[in-house]
Amino acid sequence: MIAALPAKDIVSKLNAKFPGAVEEAGADAVLVKADSLLAVAEYLKTTDNLKFDYLNYVTSIDYYSYFEVIYMLTSLTHNRSVVLKVRCYTRDNPTVPSLAGLYEGANFQEREVYDLMGITFEGHPNMKRIFLWEGFDGYPLRKDWNR
Amino acid sequence: MTTTQELSLITESFVLNMGPAHPSTHGVFRMRATLDGEVIVDIEPIFGYLHRGIEKLMEERTYTGCIPLTDRLDYVNAMNNNFAYCLAVEKLAGVKVPERGEYIRVITAELQRIGNHCLAIGAMLNDAGALGTPFFYLWRQREKIYDLLEMLCGQRLMQNYMRIGGMSQDMPDEFLPALAKFIPQLDSFMNEFDFFLKQNEILYARAKKVGILPKDVAINCSISGPVARASGIKRDLRKDDPYSIYDRFKFDIPTGEIGDCYDRYRVRIEEMRQSTRILEQAIKQVPGGPFRADVPQVIRPPVGEAYAHVEGPKGELGFYVVSDNSIAPYRCHIRSTSLINLTALRQMVRGWKVADLIIIFGSIDITMGEVDR
Repeated sequence: MIAALPAKDIVSKLNAKFPGAVEEAGADAVLVKADSLLAVAEYLKTTDNLKFDYLNYVTSIDYYSYFEVIYMLTSLTHNRSVVLKVRCYTRDNPTVPSLAGLYEGANFQEREVYDLMGITFEGHPNMKRIFLWEGFDGYPLRKDWNR
Repeated sequence: MTTTQELSLITESFVLNMGPAHPSTHGVFRMRATLDGEVIVDIEPIFGYLHRGIEKLMEERTYTGCIPLTDRLDYVNAMNNNFAYCLAVEKLAGVKVPERGEYIRVITAELQRIGNHCLAIGAMLNDAGALGTPFFYLWRQREKIYDLLEMLCGQRLMQNYMRIGGMSQDMPDEFLPALAKFIPQLDSFMNEFDFFLKQNEILYARAKKVGILPKDVAINCSISGPVARASGIKRDLRKDDPYSIYDRFKFDIPTGEIGDCYDRYRVRIEEMRQSTRILEQAIKQVPGGPFRADVPQVIRPPVGEAYAHVEGPKGELGFYVVSDNSIAPYRCHIRSTSLINLTALRQMVRGWKVADLIIIFGSIDITMGEVDR
């Protein structure tokens, strides 16, 4: 059984290492500040007793007042998982640092989020639309998108 | 002998467009390959020809009304799509599936896995140049599986058989005897098929040590399923994160050694055998009782979010469902196995020839309906 690592364990580790990076800790997810996401992910991936080396998915949700980008990381060695969340409070040109350099598996998934939700991933090697064509008007998964 | 250098010929790279309507792209997939002579320098996959906006469409349908849409994601594997989606909604709504329903789910999911691997292996051998023969032998078996599934729900390809909390209808009485008759027949077919291909010289020449995917690259690229297992990652969600009733069955996880096309072929053959093992055990254990929990057609799950994944035939297939207590999902994200498994394609084909690109691509086993969604 993949045990979700209790968020409070991760939070106490992160608070010690990156003071102020954790915005909020839910029951099974950790909300981190966008500017410290890359450092947090790198720490989770490379620290020996954590070793979250596998990125399950990247997704995004539009809550009108903010966008939420969600990452699920799994440690294949310890069979544990953790969910990271990042929020963007602006509707025009929301930006999140890209994890594609750290996890190659984020490459297509971040392009998908950019294509359908309009969130730009800073530092992505090939940030362009993946399913829709260049010049498509708007981002269809946003709640205010109109046909 | 004069060499190119002595003649001072200018050689330049050549761009080859494969697809979107190419027989070996398994749908409408396009690759822009940059070639140096016949050797691949780089490829750029281009998606979107089958994009139907399913995630957006799901936001406008009831939870039950979304199930037919999931059939249309990976259309050779509809049962596992239903399965993953229903698990996510059941997690969200707190629904418990009755025992009989769980067994029917496992039986259909494993049948579908065998059917999917029949297609995957057949198509890969087709791509390797064994045109038709192994493909149609496998498809005869797949046809029998579809006959069995038709017996259950009247549909062959897009079964739409699962519901939130169970199945749409019970198994007919003839189903289990027909399945019990099918399994030994499939077993003997597999032995014969494997005998002809296991040490086939042509398959060896085309697939052995071709398109190697190292373990660390596979992990970094989030590869899952038979492709990851062929690279030596012993990971199967049915064992590592048991969902439904998979913890009750005995089966092994086959793995490959070096992660070449041949290993991917072997892993799929072994997985089909393991699936028949699960089916044999399940037939003996199926209990009576209800096949569906008492769940209304229109449900309003409490506010929240849930992620559930299953080990589909192609790898980890997951649904991330967010509810705002209305009758339709607020947001539904599909963790597409096929799209993510293509991440490593670029690294797998670099340095190989165009003919190898075809078999490497075929050995990943993707469905465009799931890539583009």
